[in-house]
Amino acid sequence: MDQLEQLEAQSIYILREAYRSFKQLVMLWSIGKDSTVLLWLARKAFFGHVPIPLMHIDTSFKVPAMIEYRDRFALQWKLNMIVGQNEVALKNKQTFPDGNATRIECCQALKSEALKHTLSGEWPRWILNHDTGNYDRVEGGEAFTGVIVGARADEEGSRSKERYFSPRDQHNEWDVGDQPPELWNQFKTDFAPGTHVRIHPLLDWTELNIWEYIERENIPIIDLYFDKGEGKRYRSLGCQTCTSSVCSSSSSVTAIIEELQSGKFSNIAERSGREQDKEDGGGLESLRKGGYM
Amino acid sequence: MAGLTTNNLQPTANTELEQMSIVVIGHVDHGKSTVVGRLLADTQSLPEGKLEDVKAQCKRNSKPFEYAFLLDALKDEQDQGITIDSARCFFKSDRRQYIIIDAPGHIEFLKNMISGAARAEAAVLVIDAKEGVQENSRRHGYLLSMLGIRQVVVVVNKMDLVAYDESVFDAIETEYTAFLGKVGIQARYFIPVSAREGDNIATRSPSTPWFTGPTVLESLDNFVKEPSPVDQPFRCPVQDIYKFTEEDDDRRIVAGRVESGVAHVGDEVVFLPSGKTSTIATVEGFNLPVQAEAVAGQSTGFTLTAQVYVKPGEIMVRQDEIQPQVGTQLKVNIFWMGRRPLVKNKRYKLKLATAKVPVWLRQVNTVLDASELTTAMNRQQIERHDVAECVLETLKPVAFDQTADIAATGRFVIIDNYEIAGGGVILEPVESQTNRIQEGVTQREKSWQRSQITGNMRAARYGQRSTLVILSGLADTGKNTLAKALEESLFQQGRFVYYLGLSNALAGLDADSDVSEQRDQYLRRLGEVSHLFTDAGMILIATVSGLDDYELAMIRTLNHPSDDLVINVGDNHFKDNTVDLQIDRIDDVGQAVTQVQQLLASRKYLIEYYL
Repeated sequence: MDQLEQLEAQSIYILREAYRSFKQLVMLWSIGKDSTVLLWLARKAFFGHVPIPLMHIDTSFKVPAMIEYRDRFALQWKLNMIVGQNEVALKNKQTFPDGNATRIECCQALKSEALKHTLSGEWPRWILNHDTGNYDRVEGGEAFTGVIVGARADEEGSRSKERYFSPRDQHNEWDVGDQPPELWNQFKTDFAPGTHVRIHPLLDWTELNIWEYIERENIPIIDLYFDKGEGKRYRSLGCQTCTSSVCSSSSSVTAIIEELQSGKFSNIAERSGREQDKEDGGGLESLRKGGYM
Repeated sequence: MAGLTTNNLQPTANTELEQMSIVVIGHVDHGKSTVVGRLLADTQSLPEGKLEDVKAQCKRNSKPFEYAFLLDALKDEQDQGITIDSARCFFKSDRRQYIIIDAPGHIEFLKNMISGAARAEAAVLVIDAKEGVQENSRRHGYLLSMLGIRQVVVVVNKMDLVAYDESVFDAIETEYTAFLGKVGIQARYFIPVSAREGDNIATRSPSTPWFTGPTVLESLDNFVKEPSPVDQPFRCPVQDIYKFTEEDDDRRIVAGRVESGVAHVGDEVVFLPSGKTSTIATVEGFNLPVQAEAVAGQSTGFTLTAQVYVKPGEIMVRQDEIQPQVGTQLKVNIFWMGRRPLVKNKRYKLKLATAKVPVWLRQVNTVLDASELTTAMNRQQIERHDVAECVLETLKPVAFDQTADIAATGRFVIIDNYEIAGGGVILEPVESQTNRIQEGVTQREKSWQRSQITGNMRAARYGQRSTLVILSGLADTGKNTLAKALEESLFQQGRFVYYLGLSNALAGLDADSDVSEQRDQYLRRLGEVSHLFTDAGMILIATVSGLDDYELAMIRTLNHPSDDLVINVGDNHFKDNTVDLQIDRIDDVGQAVTQVQQLLASRKYLIEYYL
């Protein structure tokens, strides 16, 4: 088995372990390449099916192509698609694009808060109706106790300290210093009422691994990652206002791999186009402690 | 020492060199950091000018230079923003690239150390020549054994402090070899070094002419990548059984990761502990060409030619190969990390491969007292950071291998209060005539005061022989309705009968859900209550969803010496001849009641002349 096959086997094992252990399980899908690979791995793990609901937190400032892509594949792959949103903050325009919040405050409200309350079921969820193709607003959903996330250890400092199965307490707090041991593929799948567990099947993958796997499996990744003749493409996807494209003429997966291996990006951090990382002293740790993925 | 890396040696995914993870362990202050620092320096793995910088800095501050400072210096760089993996450092020899996993020296970080070291392929254990074998030398030796790290080099450091005395080295080698032997490890080499002086680290030292073995660097290069265990017997712990019916998918897939061996389409397989057999029909996959076989390392799935009822947690093996063992009592070596000690008479959860089963500490054989360097006998519990040999007893039989044969199915963790609190390996099964349930019953019988009224006297008075009537089968088969109707019918006939409605509160609990403490307690209570009721001469009716053979055996042990009748509704998953009456479907409750009453009559529980 080569490295990608080993990574795949381990991620599938983790996904199946999560599916077996958590009755209220959900997978976050940001539409980006990592969580799309994760979604693909779920199809691998469950032999073409996706028995786990997917959740997308829609800040309303995402690139429109992302929403279009999400709904196309949600329908095509028969996904149980849940969308969450911070209705109040959007209504009151308490956002960075509206000029009423800093980038960090905006992230906290539109992502962290929306995620937290959509996961807990306190806020409404919009669930894709496969008959109509529309989203139905549903209130009073049950809290999810297992949350599958596409974080990778190599992305950014605080993520390298994660476990595959990482518990969060009632307040979504993450105790970095006192994490459960993980050995011999035995994970923390037991949890006290009120707590929940973040599951990271992609922890061992690098950005390069992700692209190599996309190429090998021919995964239909969103085309925002590719240059369409303007010499620009996205390397990391987020809100339109806070994510800038990078100068690159890579128009295919193969070109991106080449660029990562030996080209201009071999020494530049992946999230360099994400402005919120810079505002908080360069680390995502404070956002992540509060529940940011 | 925190993690560090050298800036010109970032690991890349497609390096030509082979990669190997090595954990460096040893007692605090035995010179671990110095050994690593010297290795980095002598293999030219340090950033340019780093060595000179640190030396100059030492000179300015009038303190002697130490190689360990190199690591501290690199740590500073970490704080200055260089990309660093927090638990590892990298260096390379001509042979391969190494990832050095640094085991925290402080005991509080042992669980972090274990999480990291569990991924290492080999280990370097450092012992101070002057201090000799110390607390963590032994504890870490035990841990290596338990983590399944078989390739070990022991570095006897600070030989300069004992004047390169061969007899000091020999004494440590003799003592520690004996210790490692006890935990099943044979060190590949013992190497006398002075990391400070650079003796035998990367170059051979003239100070130890009596030593003919390799340098530390050579010894690392002599480690071999362990082949993936394809040559061992096939073991595929069942993670789950999938039946996704969307889009008319009618596959029933047994999913799991192949931990060892190979299996092919057409191979006859056995599931243990249940002993069910079938044949592999297909090897399943998504976005893959048709697979003819599944090999060690793959997360895969199988369909079978004949549908058998197996549960997650069983191990799928090949009929034509050596089989795992099946039992409830295991002699194990265990390492305890829990905040509270591991004690007897407390229910824990054992996770072995994909099996989860309640477990109790039955007996403590020996505890390694790491501070006294002695082995303590007569201990009743296992404290945090203890390593111990003990006997565990599981509620139900588990399938396992001895860790020496197949690692993945020969090791386990123990859960205490939602946390992984201990890890261990299986040494061998324990043959025992009794178990904890039986011992409890023996105790109960001993203290039981019998009256003058015998069972026969009660039978004569009530016109019936007492028995427990257990209605089993999957949930929602109408068992409870039948049970109540049966009670009513017998009651109306003047029988001394009682329907134990306890199970209603547990309707949602079936045997396929995770190991449930409630279910366990319910079954025990049922056994105890049944013993009282049947001893009093009553016919007791109870329902249990998804009862299996082991649970039935436990109820019988507790209900002893009274009788029982097993009535199964729906699919029958019991062993042959277990069920006294099989009812495929309850279409007419009255008719089912009649069937059960006929059984009671034919088995002479209802004494006819009384009617």
